[in-house]
Amino acid sequence: MINIALPKGRLGEKVLDIFEKSGYDCPAIHEQNRKLVFENEKNGVRYFWVKPSDVSIYVERGAADIGVAGKDILLEYSPDVYELYDLDIGKCRMAVAACKNFRDNPERTLRVATKFPNIAQNYYSRKGRDIDIIKLNGSIEIAPVLKMSDVIVDIVETGTTLKENNLEPIETIVHISARLISNKVSYKFKHGEIITLEKNIKDFCAKRKDI
Amino acid sequence: MKKIGFANEETAVMELSRLYSKYGFRHYKMSKFEEYELYSQNKDFLIGNTVLAFTDTNGALMALKPDVTLSIVKNSNDTFIEPEKVYYSENVYRVDKGTHRFKEILQMGLELIGEIDTYSAGEVIMLAKMSLNAISERNILDISHMGFLQGLLENVNLSNRKMNRIIECIRSKNTLEMQAVCKEFGIDFNTANALSALTGIYGSFEKCIGELKNISVNDTTEKAVDELQNIYNYLKTCGCSNGINLDFSIVNDLHYYNGIIFNGFVEGVPNAVLSGGRYDNLMRKFGKKSGALGFGVYLDQLERLMCSDEDFDFDVLILYDDNADLAFLAEQAKKLSANGESVRVQKNRGSFRYKKIFKITGDNIKEIEVDNL
Repeated sequence: MINIALPKGRLGEKVLDIFEKSGYDCPAIHEQNRKLVFENEKNGVRYFWVKPSDVSIYVERGAADIGVAGKDILLEYSPDVYELYDLDIGKCRMAVAACKNFRDNPERTLRVATKFPNIAQNYYSRKGRDIDIIKLNGSIEIAPVLKMSDVIVDIVETGTTLKENNLEPIETIVHISARLISNKVSYKFKHGEIITLEKNIKDFCAKRKDI
Repeated sequence: MKKIGFANEETAVMELSRLYSKYGFRHYKMSKFEEYELYSQNKDFLIGNTVLAFTDTNGALMALKPDVTLSIVKNSNDTFIEPEKVYYSENVYRVDKGTHRFKEILQMGLELIGEIDTYSAGEVIMLAKMSLNAISERNILDISHMGFLQGLLENVNLSNRKMNRIIECIRSKNTLEMQAVCKEFGIDFNTANALSALTGIYGSFEKCIGELKNISVNDTTEKAVDELQNIYNYLKTCGCSNGINLDFSIVNDLHYYNGIIFNGFVEGVPNAVLSGGRYDNLMRKFGKKSGALGFGVYLDQLERLMCSDEDFDFDVLILYDDNADLAFLAEQAKKLSANGESVRVQKNRGSFRYKKIFKITGDNIKEIEVDNL
């Protein structure tokens, strides 16, 4: 039995679709009920939904053998897991954005508002820039509008939210997509099951790309 | 819950000590403190590089040991004539990853310092495997060899930062990123392919050693393959080759480790419970010529497996009051505990769980119905 942590939300639905079409369907998960864990004994999978940013925790601690997490989460928390495959969905980028006409004054410490303090810190320390991090949990866009921060570091998908707030992306830090991750110890003790699953998913994704 | 060989930390220490002394390793007892300098100079060797430091009465900056190996290396006499074979069980102080606070961890380990040949290396790895066997039947010892990676990268000049990114890809088995990183760093096609292939190697020794041979490129990698093969052959003759896997996603710090390295796992624990390797490079840092090989067992990782989840706090509860005849009470408690049952005597019930409950009034004992289930 493989335990699979799925990220709640739109991305998770897509991921589930890929898993199901790769031979790991689970009728129970589509039933309307209050269950938290969904099992299909026939093909040996047990799914559960968790908050997207928690997937890597469930996998790292072995509660889930595998999971799907955004590269942003993996970069931010650097969990000790195997990163097996790029599912090539949920694509977006981690970017620096600022108010239109923003001019960076290198004489001053740059104030950065973000949900991803580690990614921001790493990016700017590589550039040798001194920054002040303002950790927020949501509505990051408002920080530069209210002049609390100079820039924000956040995920940009289409850029619409930024535009609506009169902001624009100025630098791309890294491209993001959903990754198949595995617990390191599960990978050893459930090796056969996990590499078969990995292969089935890779095969399905490759076929899908061809179309 | 999976079955585990030890009931608690103490029995684990006892049993492992017995195993190591059987093979002529001697118990190494050390002082609680070391000079802080030892750790500040070898920060990268430590797991998590924070040290609990304090000032001694003479003004010297001291530290509570975060690690035992460094002390053993520092104190080793470095003679080839008499190799040092030691084991230890010591408390070490490290920062917990979750709480970010210092934590006391009981660590056991074993070190061999001196000339290291196939026999002695084989013996250490066999003891590592036997330690895992003692912990749980469902275990795996993954081995790797730093020499192979070093050989592959022999002609590639990389800065520390770039090297770390390559190692990060290997550790997370991230083949795709490995290819991208190689391209970015201008690593030639053959080396890049070999690195990607290396990243993917995992499985039983016999199955994977062939794959490893296929991507061997020079004498250094060849030597690594031979060493692995020799040690495996030795383990086979000892009947210890079950559950030995090759895993090249284990990479330790190149500045300290050189030859064979290994990690041990038991089912039910999501981290390595044993880890070790050949650390001649660390010896050189201390100006010592001998080779060194050893491993540590992280007993704290086993805690969750060891605690027996018993349903009762104790077997029998005896209640008494101020009128109870104390001699009678003592006699009854002794009688009830005679056949190995745990007996607790107190005045109130409390919120415990027990199998039987008695009440003593005067010199009269009466069993009452258990209502705590």
